[in-house]
Amino acid sequence: MKPIRIREIQGRVVPLPRDDVDSDQLAPARFLHAQPRGGVVLLHDWRFAADGSARPDSPLDHPVRAGAEILLAGANFGCGSSREHAVWACLDFGLKAIVATSFADIFRANAWRSGLLTVEVDAETHGELLAAVAADPSAEVVISLEELTLTLPGGRRVGFAYEPFARRCLLEGSDALDVLLGHDDAITRWERERSQT
Amino acid sequence: MVHREPGFPSVLYVDLHLVHEVTSRLAFLTLKHRALRLRRPERTVAFVDHVITTGDRSRRLGTRSAVKLISVLERAAHLHGIRLHGPKSVSQGIVHVAAPELGLTQPGMTIVCGDSHTSTHGALGALAFGVGTTEVGHVLATQCLLARRPKSFEVRFEGRRGAGVAAKDLVLALATRLGAGGGAGHVFEYRGAAARRLTMEERLTVCNMSVEAGARAGMFAPDEVTFEYLAGREGSPRGKAWEAALARWRGLPSDDGVVFDRSVTIDASRLEPMVTWGTRPGMAIPIRDTVPDPAREGDAARRRAMEKALRYMALAPGERLLGQPLDAVFLGSCTNSRLSDLRAAARVLDGRKVNEGVRMLVVPGSRRVKADAEAEGLDLVFRRAGAEWREPGCSLCLSLNDDVLDPGQRCLATSNRSFEGRQGRDVRTHLASPETVAASAVAGAVADPRELS
Ligand code: SF4
Repeated sequence: MKPIRIREIQGRVVPLPRDDVDSDQLAPARFLHAQPRGGVVLLHDWRFAADGSARPDSPLDHPVRAGAEILLAGANFGCGSSREHAVWACLDFGLKAIVATSFADIFRANAWRSGLLTVEVDAETHGELLAAVAADPSAEVVISLEELTLTLPGGRRVGFAYEPFARRCLLEGSDALDVLLGHDDAITRWERERSQT
Repeated sequence: MVHREPGFPSVLYVDLHLVHEVTSRLAFLTLKHRALRLRRPERTVAFVDHVITTGDRSRRLGTRSAVKLISVLERAAHLHGIRLHGPKSVSQGIVHVAAPELGLTQPGMTIVCGDSHTSTHGALGALAFGVGTTEVGHVLATQCLLARRPKSFEVRFEGRRGAGVAAKDLVLALATRLGAGGGAGHVFEYRGAAARRLTMEERLTVCNMSVEAGARAGMFAPDEVTFEYLAGREGSPRGKAWEAALARWRGLPSDDGVVFDRSVTIDASRLEPMVTWGTRPGMAIPIRDTVPDPAREGDAARRRAMEKALRYMALAPGERLLGQPLDAVFLGSCTNSRLSDLRAAARVLDGRKVNEGVRMLVVPGSRRVKADAEAEGLDLVFRRAGAEWREPGCSLCLSLNDDVLDPGQRCLATSNRSFEGRQGRDVRTHLASPETVAASAVAGAVADPRELS
């Protein structure tokens, strides 16, 4: 496995201003058997008709949004299933970060492990960003994991919270499994003590 | 807690790791690629449930890709020496039904599984939650996870439930009250008089859907109901060890002085049977109410979600759910496929017929549930009524096997998620209790169970 390292992301935004976008939409169940590549899984049924043709009302595929690396969603993004495929589908589509007013616990926990940033913003920032990218599809935002700031197209910078351990892993390119393996002695001790009770 | 360090997540030891065929495949690959061994095979138990057919298994176990996923898990189980309740096991079943039934789930344990409905096991006083595939790999390799202490959320169910109001209705009401993300960052603890009165199987139903209200886990403090459920089960301690375990478990309940980060109270005496109208479990209404109007929702994102849900469900604001014609009904899933669920539905169906226009699938949660139901003759009640009596598995809960409905069909289900596409592309799913599903099967349309019994 290649180490994942992230300091800063700069990119355009594709808006999906909806609450409760669930993981069954992000990666529909029938793609769990084997996940195809090429960006087609993400929100598949919202983007493609039953015959496979592109839907004109697809929330992601408008030409002006092509190549956008940041998704702007509403509240409780990624709710539902624990499937990590939801995160992989985002990455496979080319997304590097999701900006939302809140995230489901499991999605957030899964996201950073594969290097997908989750940036939680308040309603006011959300509204400002939504207006800015609606007016100008070429507008860019900058997400700095190092500084924990989001820079809006107008230049305003807002801070965001991020799990410190996840941040350290991503900045250093270190892996949580290595951290756990490093505790091997403590785990063995714990097992020994517990087996005696 | 194996290790703690200020500012960082703690190293949490996992007492029981449950595995199923869908979310474990890549985790076993991680072990292989990193040349790691599975740390505690005896604490890892695997089940086959998601992709297996619930039809005749004598010739094939499912679609080609299903057969492959099952055999990958079989090989991994063999290689690493872990117990597998596969297609031939008498304990095969949905992981969240079969594990408690085997007595694997016990008070005070930490339990994880690559599945969000792992929250189910909290009914027995375990801290149980779902994780993604990467973390499944962490647990396979180290038997541990990096985790932070969640906040606590008291959910009080008070008062007495009326007739026809099921445990499912309690938790649909909770999800609706809190919204899909309402419990995020928290673990629910179910308390109050109506909660205490729930049987173990009802508690399993409630805990199962904790995650639909945003909490990763939910639990009941262990009590006599818990101990009675566990006594004599295969995985339960015996003799002296049982006495010791009882003493330990009795010491677990949080005492009444504890302070919760948040709290909500739901008066069970005012509840009615609930049905979902939208594409979230938290979009539920009392069965006699009308579908809400998005125009009255002030919040823009929420309004858009409601509008989209109504469009998908082909419903109009102000419309009644009662009397909505159905194409299919589904009695099953880790929410409502235990013996008591089947009994409740069979009571309604006994001597009646499933409406001609409706396909009814009855999918017991485990081989054991199926055998127990057959011993009581419940299968005959279902068959005589014209329902399909099937083999255990997840089935139409998420249609990852060959049970899929046709586009545009409307289904009333006892499962836990009414998400778009959950039962097949463009299928409209409504959620309700086993009683409501059975009554509606007879009517051929959404029906109030209190009118039939
Ligand atoms: S029955 Fe449904 S919710 Fe339960 S484990 Fe299976 S797919 Fe998941």
